[in-house]
Amino acid sequence: MTAVTHEPHVPTQTHAEVTRDVVATLGTPSRGYYLALFTAIGMFLIGLGTFVMLLKEGLGLAGYSPPGFWLVYITTFVFWVGIGHAGTLISAILFLFRSPWRTAVYRSTEAMTVFAVMTAALFPIIHIGRQWIFYWLLPYPNQRFLWPNFKSPLIWDVFAISTYFTVSTTFLVVGLIPDIAAVRDKVTGWRKKLYGLCSLGWTGSDNQWRHYSRGYLYLAALATPLVLSVHSVVSWDFAMSIVPGWHGTIFAPYFVAGAIYSGIGMVLTLLIPLRKVLHLEHMITEYHFDNLAKLTLFTGSILAYAYIMEYFVAWYSGSVFEQTTFFRRAFGPMWWAGWSMIICNAFVSQLLWFKKVRTNLTALFVISIFVNIGMWFERFVIIASSLANDYLPYAWGQATPTWADWGILIGSFGWFGMYFLLFARTFPVVAIQEIKEMIPMPRRKGA
Amino acid sequence: MAAAKVPGVLGSFEHIDSAVEAIHGLKRSGHDDLTVYSAAPNHELEEALGTGSSWVRAFTLIGALTGCTAGYAMTTWMSYDWPLLVGGKPTAAFPPYTVIMFELAILLGSLSTVTGMILLPQLKKIRGRAFHPRFSDDRIGIFVPCPSDRAEGIKRLLMGAGAVEVSHEA
Repeated sequence: MTAVTHEPHVPTQTHAEVTRDVVATLGTPSRGYYLALFTAIGMFLIGLGTFVMLLKEGLGLAGYSPPGFWLVYITTFVFWVGIGHAGTLISAILFLFRSPWRTAVYRSTEAMTVFAVMTAALFPIIHIGRQWIFYWLLPYPNQRFLWPNFKSPLIWDVFAISTYFTVSTTFLVVGLIPDIAAVRDKVTGWRKKLYGLCSLGWTGSDNQWRHYSRGYLYLAALATPLVLSVHSVVSWDFAMSIVPGWHGTIFAPYFVAGAIYSGIGMVLTLLIPLRKVLHLEHMITEYHFDNLAKLTLFTGSILAYAYIMEYFVAWYSGSVFEQTTFFRRAFGPMWWAGWSMIICNAFVSQLLWFKKVRTNLTALFVISIFVNIGMWFERFVIIASSLANDYLPYAWGQATPTWADWGILIGSFGWFGMYFLLFARTFPVVAIQEIKEMIPMPRRKGA
Repeated sequence: MAAAKVPGVLGSFEHIDSAVEAIHGLKRSGHDDLTVYSAAPNHELEEALGTGSSWVRAFTLIGALTGCTAGYAMTTWMSYDWPLLVGGKPTAAFPPYTVIMFELAILLGSLSTVTGMILLPQLKKIRGRAFHPRFSDDRIGIFVPCPSDRAEGIKRLLMGAGAVEVSHEA
């Protein structure tokens, strides 16, 4: 592990070493890589097979029955959208704050964001039942002379998710261009031609940098409110309704904090093995993980506060429906899910107050798995428990997930993993250009 | 060095202060049309070149305003074209439509920013100017377009400033 110096954010390599080390990650993959890739493809095929069965049989196969018409698919949709928040937080918000530790980790988190949003976007389509007419959600002139209802939060969600996907992909691609050019100038043969094509004629001239640097700054400025808005809009899918347990004004900040918390959790899960596999231990150091862990602690604490407030507001409202919903979350038939969420998110994250835990990668990896599990359960608890016990006791009923739910869930991890692994071997996972920007250029006449 | 279409002199520098000195020297001798290559943006190079701020911001502003206006116009027009009348509530409601306006402002603002980032560098014609792959690695490059009879003087100036490699691209 690299020793933390007095200026830990300044890389110790030279410019040439940075290019060499990052380009080396694009070499011939190891057996372990192929094993991981084929496992991901296998998981994706399980999901694909399940989806074909869903097309044939309908959503009853996934345990959809009144009143549980939102279950694992919407839970997993919110889970993946949440994962997608860490990337843009690190790449855009921390860029505006000039936070030096983001540089080494932002590229991989940005890629994670794009693939997580790609995964999330599948779920509303899977969930709507007649998947082949999903385009009815979009405003387009049609023979029925109908337009979408723009007062519906579900339509806001279509706009929010598609905008987020487009902007985060744009941000990733724009950031990649100078790095692809650096790779182009190092490789030979067909790879040189391919990277040359992808680099869009980038030479790093003063004229290109002038417009690029400004444009990147404005993209970051636009992406910043977008990050905060997207999960707010997702939260309004719930909060705009009158379902007990959903109809809360704290939902937007509560969801945003949860999204960032889960996103950083996934960043840790991916980066800890990735830096070892790609031999990037000297670039992604203890210092970066310490900062990621602090962010996890911060957002985890906000989440703990939100959990307390949810229970407090339910009690303070005097509404018997709210009180019943929250009582049942803790002591009803789904108590195990409710407590899993609280323990994994509110309690486990508090271990990160200790520097020894924050700088121990094994401990961090284990905590990150708890974060992932806890955040999936949070969405499951919110959705399943509230729908199960609505206002009318005669309409109560607990929908149970089936193999079709788990098949699609497994498939989503395969779909995400497949893209992430392919990206990690095709494009630089560490931003060459931004790392170089942090390294002072050598001087003939001394510093 | 790569083949060049524009005749001139290409200098390669290892040190930032040498490159800055060369830029100042070239400017003093009347060479303003320089192309400076670097692996990462550098403030010292920008200051030496005296580059102004980019007009990308105009693209961002126009894109964002267009998106915001389009979001309002689209939602309002569509609401009146297919009215969903519920309990005497307004046909077109501004508060929920702000979400669509906001999203479209960000979407078009971002896409037009990227358009600006692609189009604006094209205004300065640098195609055919010499480039070396090490400029995307660890060297700073300065290309000075000039006729052959002035090349020797420029080569001397660049070498004097500390260039590690200088070539005449005819």
